[in-house]
Amino acid sequence: MQKICIVFDRLRTEEKLLQTQASEMGYETSMIDAKITRFNTDSNKSEYDFGDVVLERCISYYRGLHFTACLEFLNVPVINSFEVSNTCGNKMITSMLLKKNNIPTPKTYFSFSAESAMEHFEKVGYPLVIKPIIGSWGRSVMPIKDKDTADAIIENRQVTDGPQDRIYYLQEMIDRPPRDIRVITVGDQIVAAMYRKSSGGFKTNIALGAEPEICKITNDIEELCLKASKAVGGGILGIDLMEDKNRGLVVHEVNNTVEFKGLVKVAEKNIPKEMIDFAINYIRK
Amino acid sequence: MNCPECDANLNIPDDAAVGEIVSCADCGADYEIAKKEGSDIELKQAETVGEDWGE
Ligand SMILES: Nc1ncnc2c1ncn2[C@@H]1O[C@H](COP(=O)(O)OP(=O)(O)O)[C@@H](O)[C@H]1O
Ligand SMILES: [Mg+2]
Ligand SMILES: [Zn+2]
Repeated sequence: MQKICIVFDRLRTEEKLLQTQASEMGYETSMIDAKITRFNTDSNKSEYDFGDVVLERCISYYRGLHFTACLEFLNVPVINSFEVSNTCGNKMITSMLLKKNNIPTPKTYFSFSAESAMEHFEKVGYPLVIKPIIGSWGRSVMPIKDKDTADAIIENRQVTDGPQDRIYYLQEMIDRPPRDIRVITVGDQIVAAMYRKSSGGFKTNIALGAEPEICKITNDIEELCLKASKAVGGGILGIDLMEDKNRGLVVHEVNNTVEFKGLVKVAEKNIPKEMIDFAINYIRK
Repeated sequence: MNCPECDANLNIPDDAAVGEIVSCADCGADYEIAKKEGSDIELKQAETVGEDWGE
């Protein structure tokens, strides 16, 4: 019987659900805390308890990404792969891949200095949405409606001056209802979808208190999400879409370590089971 | 088990596992369960939310 390993840094409901599900299906499991696992360039797979396949579930993106690199160095199959994590973790790379693959996505502007970002604002006009290229839970995603706000945000970035602060990712503001759509894809399957209704603010992240509401999976949603999944390299993913009043659905990001503890209660399909099945099939291939 | 910060009684569920976070109801401090063998429980300071945390 195969053994499934779940790598975590903070044991949440999701990781426990995955472990319980795998055990119920008769698979052996191991739970490995990334924070206390060490590697070196001579490390060998046999020194660890990674089983046949790993689900990488770290809450810290950089930790998970580099842990994934170590797993791939040891030739341990890991979901998602380093390449997929690297792409999805970076909104700029994701936007480019979506566009290259003809998936409707908001028009996005990239610039690499404060002056050049200001020029984007002047040429394109307001409103625009600014986002850190790496980040989640709506952190530092801000609608910018006028020059004063743009000036303030750019000035603030020059003060903090981190490596990410010099990379400006500005996006057209989508005219949409006060909600977006989150779809979980597992391989070439759509597993569940929900609307996330804003609790009043601009952003619709569940982490910020948005209300989840089950969303019917239309052919349109299915087709777009499968294309988006393929575009970033596939795996277990959380795809975010907005309903543009003019253009219809647009995909704005793909998440690499999808949270599902809310959705699991209302989804028709058994989300953890789909994920475990996928992991097992991943190693059979 | 008492809260290392404020000494209030910490409620740790029986089915809590290593790696899980428990919060002190009194002072709000977060702890990660570092070791749990029966009633032998060790806590460590939980990590604080990082700029790269999330999905
Ligand atoms: N271009 C946009 N137009 C309108 N709303 C947006 C736009 N981009 C993001 N949002 C809102 O902000 C939220 C967070 O943005 P997102 O790009 O998904 O970043 P994160 O990775 O932090 O979730 C989205 O769920 C949506 O509600
Ligand atoms: Mg999002
Ligand atoms: Zn306390």
